[in-house]
Amino acid sequence: MKKGDCGIIKKLNNKGTIRRRLIEVGFIPGSTVEYVCKSPLGDPKAYFVKDTVIALRKEDSSNIVIEYI
Amino acid sequence: MGLSRSSTGKGLYSARAETMKTESGDIFALLAGNPNVGKSTVFNSLTGMKQHTGNWTGKTVSGAVGKCNFNGNNYILTDLPGCYSLSSHSREEEVARDGIYFEKYDKAVIVCDASCLERNFFLVLQILEVTDKAVICVNLLDEANKKGLYIDTELISKRVGIPVIGMSARKGKEAYNLLPNLKGENETSFEIKYQKYIEDYIMDVSAILCGKGITKKKSRVFALRVLDSEKSFISKLAEAYKILDEDKKQIESLAESLIKNKCSSDINKVIDDISFSLSEAASSLLTGATKEKKKNTSRRYQKIDAFLTGKFTGFPIMFLMLLGILWLTVVGANYPSALLSRFFSFFEEQVFAFLTSIKLLPILKSIICEGIIRVTGWVVAVMLPPMAIFFPLFTILEDIGFLPRIAFNLDRCFKKCSACGKQALTMCMGFGCNAAGVVGCRIIDSPRERLIAILTNSFMPCNGRFPMLITIITIFFAMSSGLLSAAILGFIIFIAILVTLVFSKILSSTILKGEPSSFILELPPYRTPEVGKVIVRSIFDRTLFVLGRAVSVAAPTGLVIWLLANIDVGNASLLITISEFLEPFGNIMGLDGVILLAFILGLPANEIVIPIIMMCYMSSGSLMEYSSISELKSLLINNGWNTVTAINMIIFTVFHWPCSTTIITIKKECGSSYKTLAAVLLPTLIGIFLCITVNLISKLL
Repeated sequence: MKKGDCGIIKKLNNKGTIRRRLIEVGFIPGSTVEYVCKSPLGDPKAYFVKDTVIALRKEDSSNIVIEYI
Repeated sequence: MGLSRSSTGKGLYSARAETMKTESGDIFALLAGNPNVGKSTVFNSLTGMKQHTGNWTGKTVSGAVGKCNFNGNNYILTDLPGCYSLSSHSREEEVARDGIYFEKYDKAVIVCDASCLERNFFLVLQILEVTDKAVICVNLLDEANKKGLYIDTELISKRVGIPVIGMSARKGKEAYNLLPNLKGENETSFEIKYQKYIEDYIMDVSAILCGKGITKKKSRVFALRVLDSEKSFISKLAEAYKILDEDKKQIESLAESLIKNKCSSDINKVIDDISFSLSEAASSLLTGATKEKKKNTSRRYQKIDAFLTGKFTGFPIMFLMLLGILWLTVVGANYPSALLSRFFSFFEEQVFAFLTSIKLLPILKSIICEGIIRVTGWVVAVMLPPMAIFFPLFTILEDIGFLPRIAFNLDRCFKKCSACGKQALTMCMGFGCNAAGVVGCRIIDSPRERLIAILTNSFMPCNGRFPMLITIITIFFAMSSGLLSAAILGFIIFIAILVTLVFSKILSSTILKGEPSSFILELPPYRTPEVGKVIVRSIFDRTLFVLGRAVSVAAPTGLVIWLLANIDVGNASLLITISEFLEPFGNIMGLDGVILLAFILGLPANEIVIPIIMMCYMSSGSLMEYSSISELKSLLINNGWNTVTAINMIIFTVFHWPCSTTIITIKKECGSSYKTLAAVLLPTLIGIFLCITVNLISKLL
């Protein structure tokens, strides 16, 4: 995703505890995600979901399937 | 606001339920909610206690308990650690979950952030499934209103069936509005509807349990927990709900066949479906209850973030901020230090004169003046001002919300070392107090990464070591320039961070091998700190803390030194004997026996190391009194110090065993004596090695 991009979460491919964590924090199929910014070293990146900014590492965010709007 | 006296050092363990005296008629309340919504602020506001607050997630790690008296009623409040849901992933979330499920309380106060109610309600609904005894507190209302967000608490209250109170807990006494609602009975007026296959299963479970005196609510909860929780929790819950073993086994096999048949043996599917239903329920409960009158102003904060985390601006800004704080600390401490030094010299003279006039035994007079007063005076004069300045500054940074951004920027470094980015946060806490940093490691979920963070935590020079470093830097390297002092100190911290990263990497490639775990960090919105309030309270708090430590640690140590210097063994004092014994070890390291002895005796508190060194030099040499840095310099140089000694002193200050409070804390957190030993040995061995190396290099040059 790039700056200002928005998407709706379609599916979570993550496994294990990270999956539950993501759901609790707001990454649920049907929610809107917006890209905010990235760390100066490139990773992690910050996303705006359910009125909060959450930082995620590349390995975890790449498993979230979204549909761009 | 920030680390307080009661959330650092020994204060970490004193606020506990066991130590609280309760009477019947007391009203018990738990404070639960997402991280960083203001639970601790509400708690502090009501109980007058000073739990650690600040603008980042994960500060409350132990469940503090406090009392509050209002309108003739006695309230006992427990501040639980924040969690996003009742399914626990870490020890602190377990504390929150077990609190809601198993503690006896009159009400659970679920604190929410008005600006992100929907996410908060995920937890709210989970809690309401477990208990009717709850009250919702919509906090940070002022922030939401500034953004143009208006919450209809009446509507939410009607839909949910329990009181919903809006407030901005940091403003005055608004938190007291909660208290009248903690009495009386509630009944929730809704139920979450799950998918049909889950609801059918719940009905089957109810059929088994309802005949046995288990309420419908409890059987519903139990049914769901068997589906999504770990075995130990299920057993605990069955015991608490008084569910018979055979029923439990029957329900468990029902759950198993459900997962096999309806979810193709994928347990994640049922967990997802439960979460999805919760999320939908939260969403529908809140429709129409939040009105947005202005356009979303979070864009403004994003501009600040772009600056702070920008590719070319992120790191320089962080570095400059650190330098700025150090500079303010160094420069700001000078004048108060000089004043306090003069005061204590004067005080010692007066006491000496007085004791002479009442013809007190010379020995006692000497103990009191040269032992106790001198050491205590030094601690207060030199250690207190930097500590009292650094802390408020750090607290303001914390309250604004910079710390998560620091973790955000540094995470990649930590990931490369197979450690967790949250270690950056625990290192920041360690800056203030190593013991608090160790406890703060609870925010790291993976036990392996938590251990790495604990073991390397004491590499960060804590508040007690700052003044030591500043003194040595000022004397030997930057006599007149505050900026240079600050820069050197900043450089030292930078090296400490590098060593932390290197050793985290070494540890995770050798004895603590494992995969890097997941990293999810909330970046909270920036908040304007109440600067005046923070500064005053923090200075006051820190001052009392240091004074307390000075009296309880420095004074007795002064006595011990005096005894060592005046009790003879053979033909020399104990002091000289011991320091001569340590001399060869010291020399290899570019130090001397006195310095090593001082570090050993400084185990209870790092602030007293330099006073001990001074006392030792003065008692075995000329009885010189000092009252200024330049006199201290000549004292040190007369006793063999040079630049290399200073460098090694700095190295050993940063890398030596943790203070006794930290060691006790590590033992409590890890449980294992081996791990504690490792935590003691690691920095020590690094320190010894580095000192020897520097010493060798200097000899070769």
